Amino acid sequence: MKKISVAVTGLNAIDSPGPGISVIRAIRQSNLFDVRIIGLAYESLEPGIYMHDLVDKTYQVPLPSAGMEVLLSRLSYINSVDKIDVIIPNFDAELFNYIKLADILKQQLQISTFLPTLQQFEARHKVNLYEYGEEHGIKVPKSKAIFNSQEIVRLHSEFTYPLVVKGKFYDAVIAYSADQATGAFNKIAAKWGLPIIIQQFVQGQEVNVTALGDGKGNLIGAVPMRKQYITDKGKAWSGISIDDEELINITRRLMASSKWKGGLELEIVKTDEEEYYLLEINPRFPAWVYLAVGCGQNHPEALVRMALGEDIKPFNTYDVGKLFIRYAYDMIVDLKEFEKISTLGEL
Amino acid sequence: MKKVQYERPVIQRLNVGLMNKYGSRTEFTPVTQIDGNAVAQLITQYGSPLFVISERTIRQTYRQANRAFKTRYPKVQFAWSYKTNYINAVCNVFHQEGSWAEVVSGFEYSKAIYNGVPGNKIIFNGPDKSAEELKLAIENNSLIHIDNLDELYTINDLASTLTKRPRVAIRVNMDTGVYPMWDRFGFNYENGEALDAINKIVLNNNMDLVGLHCHIGTFMLTPSAYAIAATKLSELAISIQKKHKKSIEYIDMGGGFASHNTLKGSYLQGIDASPGFDQYAEAICTSLLNAGFSEGELPLLILETGRALIDEAGYLLGSVISNKRLSDGRRATIMDFGVNILFTSFWYNHKISPAQPFSQYTEDTVIYGPLCMNIDVVRENIAFPALKKNDQVVVHTVGAYNMTQWMQFIAMRPAVVLIDMNDKPHLIRKRENINSVQNEEVMPDYLKDCLL
Amino acid sequence: MKLKKNIALSDTGFVFDPSNGNSFSTNPIGLEIIQLLKQNKTQSEIETKILSTYEVDKNTFEKDYYDFVNMLGKLKLNAADEKD
Repeated sequence: MKKISVAVTGLNAIDSPGPGISVIRAIRQSNLFDVRIIGLAYESLEPGIYMHDLVDKTYQVPLPSAGMEVLLSRLSYINSVDKIDVIIPNFDAELFNYIKLADILKQQLQISTFLPTLQQFEARHKVNLYEYGEEHGIKVPKSKAIFNSQEIVRLHSEFTYPLVVKGKFYDAVIAYSADQATGAFNKIAAKWGLPIIIQQFVQGQEVNVTALGDGKGNLIGAVPMRKQYITDKGKAWSGISIDDEELINITRRLMASSKWKGGLELEIVKTDEEEYYLLEINPRFPAWVYLAVGCGQNHPEALVRMALGEDIKPFNTYDVGKLFIRYAYDMIVDLKEFEKISTLGEL
Repeated sequence: MKKVQYERPVIQRLNVGLMNKYGSRTEFTPVTQIDGNAVAQLITQYGSPLFVISERTIRQTYRQANRAFKTRYPKVQFAWSYKTNYINAVCNVFHQEGSWAEVVSGFEYSKAIYNGVPGNKIIFNGPDKSAEELKLAIENNSLIHIDNLDELYTINDLASTLTKRPRVAIRVNMDTGVYPMWDRFGFNYENGEALDAINKIVLNNNMDLVGLHCHIGTFMLTPSAYAIAATKLSELAISIQKKHKKSIEYIDMGGGFASHNTLKGSYLQGIDASPGFDQYAEAICTSLLNAGFSEGELPLLILETGRALIDEAGYLLGSVISNKRLSDGRRATIMDFGVNILFTSFWYNHKISPAQPFSQYTEDTVIYGPLCMNIDVVRENIAFPALKKNDQVVVHTVGAYNMTQWMQFIAMRPAVVLIDMNDKPHLIRKRENINSVQNEEVMPDYLKDCLL
Repeated sequence: MKLKKNIALSDTGFVFDPSNGNSFSTNPIGLEIIQLLKQNKTQSEIETKILSTYEVDKNTFEKDYYDFVNMLGKLKLNAADEKD
């Protein structure tokens, strides 16, 4: 088996989990690689730091807001004491920096990544999603970015209530009247700034797809899932893999047309009339990506192989009717460990 | 035995905020010199606070911008935006590089003339131009960018009394998909106002319509907005050609390119998020080249970018006046500069580097200026190392707008030093003294004695 | 100033208050002062020690010491029966 070391972020396996631990479990299951896992953590209480059977060593890294230069210098340091072959970033907020640094990481530090291009990353942004759907032939509920709550009264010519009022980065509220929409506008704008995105509400069942593209237009793998139980934060607590050819087709079309490179998650609504509307594209693996492994498609392993330059044959089948059920688990940790990561930034 | 270097004791609760020290370590590498000049030496010689401008950075940045556009479009001309920094020495660095002058008031116009800029290389923008100033501009063959109908009529009236034909452009505002839309300046594109003004100019035949101008906003982070603006101006130029058989000589895309500063509320660092000249150039030049101008009819492209050319070249050196502890336990550090001379701290989270070595231990700190006003805050919250009284700091990326918008409030404005290409410092603006302010005051006789 | 008796310190500058579970980080000189406080040294003893080790004048240190001890109080690291 080939020895490699993979650095992974998103070790926050908490109630609204980051994907890191799922990604690590997937890679650890590989029969091709003998993997050393390097955790990259932002806070000293991310559970993954203390899961020594999954994570060999963890280093604290600067928050994305500190900028590329600071991140690069920290990664250079880590790489100099603990060689990294591949980095898999798992947070939306850090992707911008990693995408911009990808070439430098490769050339200066010989660290591979497998990330979308900056254009691919920006184009699927919530604010642009409607145009994105048009470009790639996928239905997206009509949406519009607005900058002023007074624009809400004029929306009735283009939209029908209910509609969804969304923040630029997070938050979404369903509004049944202009008054409610105005209230939601003010609340969300205060928190996330402008613009606010108004989206036509589509009634139906939400389904999700976790997928991997090779950057040349090929779909390497895709597993659709329906959430069975949702936490109060809207996260899936349990979900089941489903047999839906159309979802796979949509994902394949999207990959072919966008040439997406890397992992992604599609959030889609399927209406009673069997129409599919794309609600959101998350530009990385979801926290439930381990379900794909359980269904016979190890996406994180495939991503590592592509990052290392291997050609991959696409997965063609997956098991339908597999469930994932998340559980909480209390680890017992010695204060010494917390002290180390807090003061030295390494554990 | 040699004593250990002292640093004040600090203690911080762990896990209170999101910031971790690994996030700030390299932001705080000390900056002990600028272009070969020790910060401490500069302060000794010229006082604290002190603005320092790097001529090398100006010229390098200008050449970078020039190259980005000239490799993509055959005819390019920069015009130095005086309002961004109109210290004469700075203006002349830009003029020496080939920049024309772009001015927005009679005062700035006089400065350009004083600096020796030929009249036909001065672009006169802005809503406030008096009849007197317009007359001078007409006689000097300057390019007058008309902002409103009243101005258009004034020029029309003046033209009938003068022998020179005014060379004019109109400023056009438009929807480029960015917010806020700057529709208070110039004539609107979408509602036909712009075309209307053009028709008036052409039909009256008292002046020459030589250009079209727009300026879509400030600190624009989306180059695509410039592509839309360039396309719309080109459409306008081509329709003028079709309708009036008149070719437009130039399209002036204005300024608004972002610098490397980090806007308040921005999650990413400015240096990472701001587009480079190549991206702006790509958006603008591609639109112009694809607009449908015939081969020989491509208009000259004028750019009035200011901030992106000068911001990185400017530094503000300052010193710690005092340290305090606020009632909520936060550290407060008071500097000898505040919003009075660092006006841009209202918009940016300026990067501040200590000018002497320090350890990696930081405290959550508020950085205040020296004014007796609550609004005088330079940084609301920064993980900052423990500095002591008289320690020095360097504020980065302050070259744009500070040396024009600074206030003389309760104190004098500091000196400005330019470090030349050979690392030699030159005083280019003296530290103000009481006479700089009082010279313009007039004391009535009966108040000459304060009677105390 | 008297510190709580059970405060735990480590060489890395990690400070742990077992009575409420709070943890802190301090710089080397902060650590040294806390250690001296734990040994029940008086302010003037601490001052003498620091002034002989570090390159600092009396006034500066006095000011910083006062501020630091104040912070320790704010962070509830002082003993409850502390009077002065």
